[in-house]
Amino acid sequence: MTVTKNNTEKVLNINNVNPLIKNVEYAVRGKLAIRAEEIRTDLEAGKGNYGFSKVVSCNIGNPQQLNQAPITFFRQVASLCDNPDLLKKENLPLVSQLYPSDSIARAQTLLHSIGSVGAYSHSQGVPHIRNTVAQFIQERDGHAADASHIFLTQGASSGVQTLLSMLTQNEKSGIMIPIPQYPLYSASLALYGATPVNYYLDEATGWSLDINQLTESVTSARKQGTDVRALVIINPGNPTGQCLTADNVRDIITFCHEQRLVLLADEVYQTNIYEPEARPFVSFKKALMDHPDAEVREGVELVSFHSISKGMVGECGRRGGYFECVNLDSLVLEQIYKMSSVSLCPNLHGQILVDLMCNPPRLGDASYESYSGEIKTIYESLVRRSKKLEGVFNEMEGVSCQAAQGSMYLFPQVTLSDKVAAAAAKESMAPDAFYSHAMLEATGVCVVPGSGFGQKANTWHFRSTFLPEEHLFDQFCSDLEKFHSSFLEKYRD
Amino acid sequence: MIRSLIRTTKTSCVQLNQRNIRYSSTKHGKVLNVNTMHPLIKNVEYAVRGALPIRAEALSAQLKKDPSKLNFDKVVFCNIGNPQQLNQKPITFFRQVASLCENPELLKAENRGLVSKLYPADAIARAELLMKNIGSIGAYTHSKGITHIRENVAKFIERRDGYPAEPENIYLTQGASEGVQKVIQLLTHNTKSGIMIPIPQYPLYSATLSLVDAAPVPYYLNEKEDWGLDPAELKRSVTEARKNGVNVCALVIINPGNPTGQCLSEENIREIIRFCHEERIVLLADEVYQTNIYQPERRPFHSLKKVLMSMGPEYSEQELFSFHSTSKGMVGECGRRGGYFECVNIDPEIMDQVYKISSISLCPNVHGQIMVDLMTNPPVEGDESYPQYRAEMDAIFQSLSRRAIKLAKCFNNLEGVTCNEAEGAMYLFPQITLPPKAIEAAKEKKMTADSFYALSMLDSTGVCVIPGSGFGQEPGTYHFRSTFLPEEHLFDGFCAGLQDFHKSFMDKYRD
Repeated sequence: MTVTKNNTEKVLNINNVNPLIKNVEYAVRGKLAIRAEEIRTDLEAGKGNYGFSKVVSCNIGNPQQLNQAPITFFRQVASLCDNPDLLKKENLPLVSQLYPSDSIARAQTLLHSIGSVGAYSHSQGVPHIRNTVAQFIQERDGHAADASHIFLTQGASSGVQTLLSMLTQNEKSGIMIPIPQYPLYSASLALYGATPVNYYLDEATGWSLDINQLTESVTSARKQGTDVRALVIINPGNPTGQCLTADNVRDIITFCHEQRLVLLADEVYQTNIYEPEARPFVSFKKALMDHPDAEVREGVELVSFHSISKGMVGECGRRGGYFECVNLDSLVLEQIYKMSSVSLCPNLHGQILVDLMCNPPRLGDASYESYSGEIKTIYESLVRRSKKLEGVFNEMEGVSCQAAQGSMYLFPQVTLSDKVAAAAAKESMAPDAFYSHAMLEATGVCVVPGSGFGQKANTWHFRSTFLPEEHLFDQFCSDLEKFHSSFLEKYRD
Repeated sequence: MIRSLIRTTKTSCVQLNQRNIRYSSTKHGKVLNVNTMHPLIKNVEYAVRGALPIRAEALSAQLKKDPSKLNFDKVVFCNIGNPQQLNQKPITFFRQVASLCENPELLKAENRGLVSKLYPADAIARAELLMKNIGSIGAYTHSKGITHIRENVAKFIERRDGYPAEPENIYLTQGASEGVQKVIQLLTHNTKSGIMIPIPQYPLYSATLSLVDAAPVPYYLNEKEDWGLDPAELKRSVTEARKNGVNVCALVIINPGNPTGQCLSEENIREIIRFCHEERIVLLADEVYQTNIYQPERRPFHSLKKVLMSMGPEYSEQELFSFHSTSKGMVGECGRRGGYFECVNIDPEIMDQVYKISSISLCPNVHGQIMVDLMTNPPVEGDESYPQYRAEMDAIFQSLSRRAIKLAKCFNNLEGVTCNEAEGAMYLFPQITLPPKAIEAAKEKKMTADSFYALSMLDSTGVCVIPGSGFGQEPGTYHFRSTFLPEEHLFDGFCAGLQDFHKSFMDKYRD
């Protein structure tokens, strides 16, 4: 940026801003979501002429925005941690009328280790909470976890960005990402000036992952001079919802060993599992530790990510999560620590929720019944809604939709006519964006066009959550059906 | 046990792993190792949580297991402005409101009888108002932060400065640090991009510039003039950098200063704004300590925004980002990670880009946002909680003032040590004169002399401070930064311990 004497031009302007930032796109909160917010503001102010009375945000996995109730025990513990006056002896008679004894006990335990939720903690997160996470991982997988290799983070996103920035040196650095993928990955790679190396999931077979696809993708990228260093797996998938089989997981690990790739396992939807018999969740850590080949077990570098934002917990606004490092170089771990220390620490409330998520009430605890009842209610409702919406999509003309084996989304494929393509081109939009915009303006429902996630060329999709409240769900579905029919009529060739 | 500390004068990165083997990309080496990782990350240094605090943590752990070998019974963390770690009490009203927002059961009508015995009515009312505008604290919010809260921040800025503020130009962030990093990322392209930073400075700035591979352009504060800022020094710095081909695009001002604590006079601020206008430089105003003001008559806080707005139409296009935080002041809610920045005169297309990168991390955590609301919109005269709020704030403020003066006096009484008073912030940054024998001993251990001194202090007293080399200092001088946050009733013991240590250190290394 040279010093110009042109006093009408801003010093910081679109021509001299960091060029990498200009390339970044994050459709989940892109144009459509921005327009949805405008409409919402209009509706609140009584302005505009819309055919609907509210905006339904199906663009983002944000359950509590759509009135999913928080887990009572978790909020009780967190509020006690926030207001330690409630734990004073003189207040206990009153407080025990509002709080169950196990929530009081848990808050006391947590505060004993934390001190104050207003203090910066250790940059990796409070040691007691990391121990809880290690314990959780051990119970889940049957293999020990090392608390010193666990980092608590502000949501899983923050951890993913840390690892991606560690792993990429320059524009030749490549990271394999699934197509379709959650655009945190493509956006972060754009921000760091590194190369996404795409591998395609197969829609026709339930978005399955073929190892041959992986091999083809990495081989071709390396031939072109890309220094491919890592493989991102999202399991359960986002936006696609597929759950990998145990064989698949094991083969992916073998693949990473053979191809010398670091494995990044995004497992934030690990409790959103809708076909638990056919497709249970298999953690990459477990599969790695169970791998028959010792060289693989001790060699494959794995980072697994989890979050409090998803599952049945849905505490997105709190920004909590963690990642576990397995077989990483100890000098690299020091560097990760150093990077974490510059932002000081993840917020304490997010850390507390990680503790609660990983160590919820157990059988025999005062709050166990209420806890497990709430989890079950939310889970069963998610299963019902996922099936219902999938059915609705599959009934629509020219639409096909794979079942959601996991996560919170459906990713239907929409066949759009040439007329649509032409109309979209006139607005400088992709056809699926054009379709999604029309849906928003007609129904108030905000989804995200498939082009925001990546898709096979000349196919069109959109991602919708199935989170709208159950008692409004039938209306929601019928609004979509009505919109779709009229849209097709309008643009029939 | 940590075996070796500082390797070179530049780094303060601790080598915890004794192996220190360089792996190459052979079949049996790690894929991700210090040679294949992002090279810029290796250059990043953040002394505030570097070698000294890492050693302090290890000593703290040792005290629990085997205290007999150590000369002290607790570690005192004076390395970081983390008041509630040293038992500063939180503001009661703030915690009451936050806990009501946390647990919506408490706001239900059927519980009102019990809850009003535990919570004042105004806390309940505020929580209800916030919940009406938030929905659930468990939901992602708007990526700029909740609109209602940004509106309150805008009102706060207007009350403080007397000039309007626009909620759409305000971004809530996870601490001020997150906002600083975003803005620096926007401003810098490559190694030729340069940002002016004060020496000494808070190493978030130097660390972030290392990370984006841009050039820090240092300007020196004048220790003899209470760490004053001379516009001629700004001019020297930018001219030299530009001569060397650096595209200097921004100036960081930390006011009140960190580690130095100085508060800029209004005239000084006007000079800075004139400088930025002439040189076509964006201003970054780190004002997180704006309520830690210990000489309010002589050196009150002037926000850069207010001064800018008062300077008339010629300067009306000066681009400014101002940063604030819930971690400092008397609020001290560091662990909540709350803050904001205000964009003044920023290009609308840039505002879109700021929005876009904020959206990838979705939103700042809601508890941090709530704390921003409470900090900028606290109880006012007439509110039920006002007397308690006022009393708590005043008590913390007066205690900070007393401890600032006491510690400065203690330092000034040490042999070879001079210390400017803290006009603001939470730190003192004394200059130490070390005897040649000490400097030799440091060299032998491959440390900077101030690191050697600080490490000796830690090992003898359990007090952890940060060597001046972590902040930058005039070459040939040595300093350390200490907070004055240890609890007041322990303060005399704390000062006496430091005096004893310093005397024996000087005796040991005296010529």
